[in-house]
Amino acid sequence: MSKLGSIGAKLHRGEVSYDFIGKRKLWFAVSLVLVAISLVGLFARGLALGIEFKGGVEYQANVRVTSSTVDDFTNVVKATNAKDLGDPIVTTVGSDQVRIQTRPLDQDDIAKVRAAIAQQAGVAANQVSNSQIGASWGSQIARQAIIALIVFVFLVFLVIWGYFREPKASAAAIIALVHDVLITVGVYALIGFDVTPATVIGVLTILGYSLYDTVVVFDKVRENTRGITGSNRYTYSDAANLAVNQTVVRSINTTLIALMPVGSILVVGTVVLGTGPLKDLSLALFVGIAVGAYSSVFIAPALLAVFKEREPGMVALRKRVMSKRAQSAAAAGTPVPAAAAAGAGGGGTTVVTEARKQDRPKAGTPVPSARPRSSGAAGRPQPTRKPRSKRGK
Amino acid sequence: MATTTTSRPGRLLIVLGVILLLLFGLVALTQSWVPKLGLDLKGGTTITLTAKSLSGGGTVTADQLDEAKNIISQRVNGAGVGEADITTSGGNHINVAVPGASQDSLIKQVGQTALLYFRIVYDAQAGTPAPATTPSPTPSTTPKPSTTPKPSTSTTPKASTTIQPSSTPNGRAWSSVLAAATPTPTPTPTAKPSTPATPPASTPPANPADPLNYTPDAATQAAFAAYTCDKPAPTDDPAKPLISCDREKATKYLLGPAILKGTDLSDASAGIPQGGFQWQVNLKFTGEGGDKFLKATTAIAQRPQGQNLFAIVLDGETISTPSVSGPIPGGQAQITGTFTETEARDLANVLKYGALPVSFDISSVETISPQLGGDQLSAGIMAGLIGLGLVVIFSFLYYRGLGFVVVLSLIAAAALTYTSVVLLGEAIGFTLTLSGIAGLIVAIGITADSFVIYFERLRDEVREGRSLRSSVETGWARAKHTIIAADSISLLAAIVLYILAIGSVKGFAFTLGLTTLIDLLVVFVFTKPIMTLLARTDFFGHGHKLSGLDPEHLGVERLPGQGKPSGQPAKPSTRKPVGGEV
Repeated sequence: MSKLGSIGAKLHRGEVSYDFIGKRKLWFAVSLVLVAISLVGLFARGLALGIEFKGGVEYQANVRVTSSTVDDFTNVVKATNAKDLGDPIVTTVGSDQVRIQTRPLDQDDIAKVRAAIAQQAGVAANQVSNSQIGASWGSQIARQAIIALIVFVFLVFLVIWGYFREPKASAAAIIALVHDVLITVGVYALIGFDVTPATVIGVLTILGYSLYDTVVVFDKVRENTRGITGSNRYTYSDAANLAVNQTVVRSINTTLIALMPVGSILVVGTVVLGTGPLKDLSLALFVGIAVGAYSSVFIAPALLAVFKEREPGMVALRKRVMSKRAQSAAAAGTPVPAAAAAGAGGGGTTVVTEARKQDRPKAGTPVPSARPRSSGAAGRPQPTRKPRSKRGK
Repeated sequence: MATTTTSRPGRLLIVLGVILLLLFGLVALTQSWVPKLGLDLKGGTTITLTAKSLSGGGTVTADQLDEAKNIISQRVNGAGVGEADITTSGGNHINVAVPGASQDSLIKQVGQTALLYFRIVYDAQAGTPAPATTPSPTPSTTPKPSTTPKPSTSTTPKASTTIQPSSTPNGRAWSSVLAAATPTPTPTPTAKPSTPATPPASTPPANPADPLNYTPDAATQAAFAAYTCDKPAPTDDPAKPLISCDREKATKYLLGPAILKGTDLSDASAGIPQGGFQWQVNLKFTGEGGDKFLKATTAIAQRPQGQNLFAIVLDGETISTPSVSGPIPGGQAQITGTFTETEARDLANVLKYGALPVSFDISSVETISPQLGGDQLSAGIMAGLIGLGLVVIFSFLYYRGLGFVVVLSLIAAAALTYTSVVLLGEAIGFTLTLSGIAGLIVAIGITADSFVIYFERLRDEVREGRSLRSSVETGWARAKHTIIAADSISLLAAIVLYILAIGSVKGFAFTLGLTTLIDLLVVFVFTKPIMTLLARTDFFGHGHKLSGLDPEHLGVERLPGQGKPSGQPAKPSTRKPVGGEV
């Protein structure tokens, strides 16, 4: 564990880093492929909508499952001759439950089928759980969920804009959010998990969770880039990349901690209850939180950096930084990267227009970043020795 | 800012202590130590109805929905299932939650449109066949309780009510329906009175289709004689005569076709008139309804004493049978009699419901057996405990001594959540459902995430060369903004879901929002002050090996300001990140 701690420290100092932003094309490509696969899955296979979205009746009873259970219950239900029964779908859940789904039935028939199931299972009628869903209920749920989604995305756009004073942050966060939801839905379509109202809850909750992580990363990016145009040491992408590296331990921890309770719901819900809202909800959350963690590290900050680097101020900054690096690289006798050479022309003459806000110097004091530095220490400030008179003793 | 919180961590802890004491005190006062459980956790039937307006494009107003809810309550209570919980949600949904076994008849009944009609009473008899012959009437006000399906708990108010113009002061001339029915044991009591039903006073409509001119034929009479009240309420076709029973199923009535329908009423209310002392029910009719009512009362008043009754029928049940002593003009009327307050209010409500043009679709019915409910509850609790355990183990492994802070904070959050859920159950009837429990479990992660944000911040500050004690403050100053921003997003998601989504989403959104708020509270008034206090201890403040703040664990060579005499410069490796200053 302390290893992890020291890695955290190195990440924090920038000694160890992964170039999340620099390798953005790779990760954008990965995400595009994932989204494309999801969309293909969604349109080609479609979602396995649960009974809640189609309308119908579902019964659940405790019974000792044997090899003939499915046939027995199918026959019993068919024998009730309920109107519009269709073919009842009988599935066993674990070793002690049976689930029967039928098309929508009359109230009288619902009771009749339940009585038949209870008799077959050898339990009292009130020990049989059933749910009956009108055909329009699912579409109502779906419509409300979509309205909630749109309203939420709109409000989040405003909130993030307000918090970061930066509509580009909102745009990056929301693109990442849509990415998360699309991939989660795609996983559902491809694997064929049942989509129930509980799944919808889960997907909607991902919204909040995915953004939670993104906000944390963006907060660090903002901190690192505050007054960045006042120096010429880092481009916006460099600063953003450092921010991602500094927060990556935090992102991993928050994601792990978020996944632990969700995972325990998933396991307990599946093992103990077999199926039901707990499993559906936690499955959607599990997939969504995992995808959300990925996007908040690999996608959202890179998007933000791409958006920000288009600003004239950032373009100028990049030029200055590149020319500076070219100079120091030239001084060290290493080959100059092509990109840096391109911007080398104007580098020396660029006037620093905006000083760092926090340590804006008082009139008369020299701007620290403008002070000439020895290139030997790679720009790091060196310990200085005070004059004897000031050292005391 | 930092200085004030440094010097006063105790105060915030006291605030939390006071809040917790208050909450637990309230819980103790309410004497309910267990949260209200939803039906998916204890077994029962949940019915979701979608209300549709019969007029005006299908959308219902909030008022209409509220009244619709009252109708449903009335129906559910009428079915005698008891302890039903009826709530509205999402603008056009009504949720009915009935604990216990499945209720097939209830489901049917609950989804009906409110059908309220006024009909003329042609005959009234005891609703259950007396052991002797049918014609022998039982003129006592209540029939034998032993034969009634449900023992009537109150005397029937409908047996002694009068309707009159609202201008008339409180008349006392009520008559008993049953008393009136007594002299007509033979099933042909109304053959003659129908002729004078075309009175000289009003314009005599000679139209035979007019319900006012209806006369029961022999077949109807026979059906009436054979009818018993233990059958379910008949379907109410306004164009046809109806055989109907009162709510106690004690009396059966032979009623003519509808003379007015519920939507002819515009309002009904119960009250005591000025200077009076008896409860009465005030009716207001729409313009058209007022005209119809005038015509009807004119006709009914012509009928002989004891026959001048009309019945107010809701969903095929006769609710009240006031007598009419004269024509009632002006679109307003009162029903007077020996009402108790409850009876008067009930009747007024029934009339109001009838005026409500709303129908219901059964959107979903979920019946959970008590066994499955218990399974789901224990699964939810188990999942919660396992999740909590994992988070605690992870916190100890990764944060060592700080794990205690996580555990204590989670305990504080759990105590706040528990009391809030119990109290909200008492105050606003909040019930904990399975999805609500899921929300609580998911919230464990969100709550712990706030601590992670803070602790990682704190460690960053130490890595940047601050002492532990000042890191606790500067780290907090930055972490709190991040925590507030991240929690706001969570809260926003919960609020949007709660307001807009329907079905079980609400329970989830509610607990998620609640716990997000509690998380904020705990981080501010518990975790931060505790950290301030702990930073003063040797164990944490000097970075003991197990404190989670030891140099090795943080990946720095030594804690700033410790181990070496001061004055030495910090290691140059504590290079600051870009813009890392406060």
